[in-house]
Amino acid sequence: MGDAPLLELRNVTKIFRGGGPYGGKEFKAVDEVTFSMPSEPSILALVGESGSGKTTIANMILGFLEPDGGDIYFKGESISSWLKNRPSEFRRKVQAIFQDPYEIYNPVYRIDRLLKITVKKFNLATSEAEATELIRNALEALELRPQDVLGRYPHQLSGGERQRLMLARILLLKPELTVADEPVSMLDVSLRAVFLNYLEEFKKKYGISCLYITHDFNTAYYIADRAVVLNLGKVVEIGSMEEIIHKPLHPYTQTLISSIPIPDPKSRWEERLELRRLELKEIRPEKGCPFVLRCTHAMKKCEEVKPSLVDVGGGHMVACHLYGG
Amino acid sequence: MEKGTILEVKNLKVYYKTIAGDAKVVDDVTFSVYHGEIFGIAGESGCGKSTLVEGVYRIVKPPGYIAGGEVLFEGVDLLKLSEEEMRDIRWKKMAYIPQGAMSSLNPVLRVEEQMIDAILDHSNISKEEALEIAKKSLSELGLPEAVLRMYPHELSGGMKQRVIIATAYALRPDLIIADEPVTALDVVSTREVLQTLRELRDKYGATVMLVAHDMAVHAEIDDRLAVMYAGKVIEIGSVTDIFYDPLHPYTKGLIDSIPSIAKKKLIRGIPGIAPSPLNWPSGCRFHPRCPYARDICKAEEPELKEVKPGHLVACHLYGGD
Repeated sequence: MGDAPLLELRNVTKIFRGGGPYGGKEFKAVDEVTFSMPSEPSILALVGESGSGKTTIANMILGFLEPDGGDIYFKGESISSWLKNRPSEFRRKVQAIFQDPYEIYNPVYRIDRLLKITVKKFNLATSEAEATELIRNALEALELRPQDVLGRYPHQLSGGERQRLMLARILLLKPELTVADEPVSMLDVSLRAVFLNYLEEFKKKYGISCLYITHDFNTAYYIADRAVVLNLGKVVEIGSMEEIIHKPLHPYTQTLISSIPIPDPKSRWEERLELRRLELKEIRPEKGCPFVLRCTHAMKKCEEVKPSLVDVGGGHMVACHLYGG
Repeated sequence: MEKGTILEVKNLKVYYKTIAGDAKVVDDVTFSVYHGEIFGIAGESGCGKSTLVEGVYRIVKPPGYIAGGEVLFEGVDLLKLSEEEMRDIRWKKMAYIPQGAMSSLNPVLRVEEQMIDAILDHSNISKEEALEIAKKSLSELGLPEAVLRMYPHELSGGMKQRVIIATAYALRPDLIIADEPVTALDVVSTREVLQTLRELRDKYGATVMLVAHDMAVHAEIDDRLAVMYAGKVIEIGSVTDIFYDPLHPYTKGLIDSIPSIAKKKLIRGIPGIAPSPLNWPSGCRFHPRCPYARDICKAEEPELKEVKPGHLVACHLYGGD
């Protein structure tokens, strides 16, 4: 299946049930989500506000959670099948990128040992010499000097070095897909730029695709080729990053884009936003469009019928009744 | 004291005692805030911006202590006041919204009780009067009275933050200090909270001090801002000066590191890492990361000097000495 998409989600649904002595309400964190990533190297941004289900989607792709409906396919094969038949291969090919790489390392192991464990676990080398060579190359690709890093413990590295070490480990594994959930939101801008540039280099130089999960359109626009916009567990729009930013179609996407603070004092928000009188946490419409309560174009139909994703041309898809969804 | 100045911070030092010696988290910082402006404090994590405003509000907790300087608020040095006198200033004349304030609301009390408690704590009025003040403050900030009967968990993050601002503004302080008020908020809530802060100034004439690491937030509402690095203010200017004509190499690097949907350009970041407050570099604290560093930068600490009208920078590249 050479031409199968690298990653494909088909009607993926995840339901959480509330706990408590009286049993909880069902909560659809992810609601029939469908999108895919091509077999060629690419960066796809999965953009949504808190509660959009983006982290739940990441956990399902990584195999930490199982979907309650629909299925997820990696290179044409479902993730449950990968995990059953070739778990180690799947773990090598699909890697998570973490926000704070400090917590993922065993603090009493030196860096050389940590990296050698990775090499051994995934059988990346046939000899000790080859392992050393692989590790050196990976570190150097991330501009870390092997002689400075290898003999040290994780806590002896700076934040920036730890981050690059984590990326070096990814490079060692040469996965086909990385899943990066808000990898830069806690980083200072000066480190953020370096990190984003490496993700881009991974794609161009090593053919590593990335699912970049974020709430931040500014960084998504910087590195992603395409974007999937989520609202309360549902996909509302899919398109090239350019189109999503410059020609957003869904009223939700339009609201988000127009509210992004631009780092330029000469392009401030022009009109005053009508402040929401009351916004309660987690009001989810039972049916219809997820944005219906906040949408200025809402019609009767929007409350009743969930709009389906329609292609309005050139792969730009939107789920909105204004566009015939 | 200059005319129109509401707050003047002079040579303020806030240190933390540690076993390895004093951590000079805020080290000799001087700046002024004018009446009715939105003054931003920018800088990356660890630069001392939160500690600076804690010093101004005099709530530094041990092992931290104020090691020197003056904080002149409406002409009075706050650092010389007794704790009693300081209580009269706090909330009534100067309000402070700490970082993460919205998660500090008591989950088992309705908004009403929390707002009333805060108001009563700082004034000698009846409970009924306090309730009226709370209602008025909410409605001025575009929030319905219904919020009063709700519990914090029923409100979205943005709503909670607006309730906090309404509480802080209830007694009409002249100066509001907000520390990272939009961090962790969604895009639309961020816009609402920033608009609310701007309205405090536009409609009611309050002065706002806004601490934020996100430069886009400063670009959106500040009039002027100070950029901090390693415990020092290294540049002060109008928001246009800082974004269009940054002088300090650090400020330049910071501006060049911000990705934006407005234009696609390569962002580079700043090489090297931020130093530790236990061991600031000699001379200019930015010199180990600065592409323009010369010998003098390692030896001598540059002074914050006005190099253009209203535009101050602490860098040896400017000032001709």
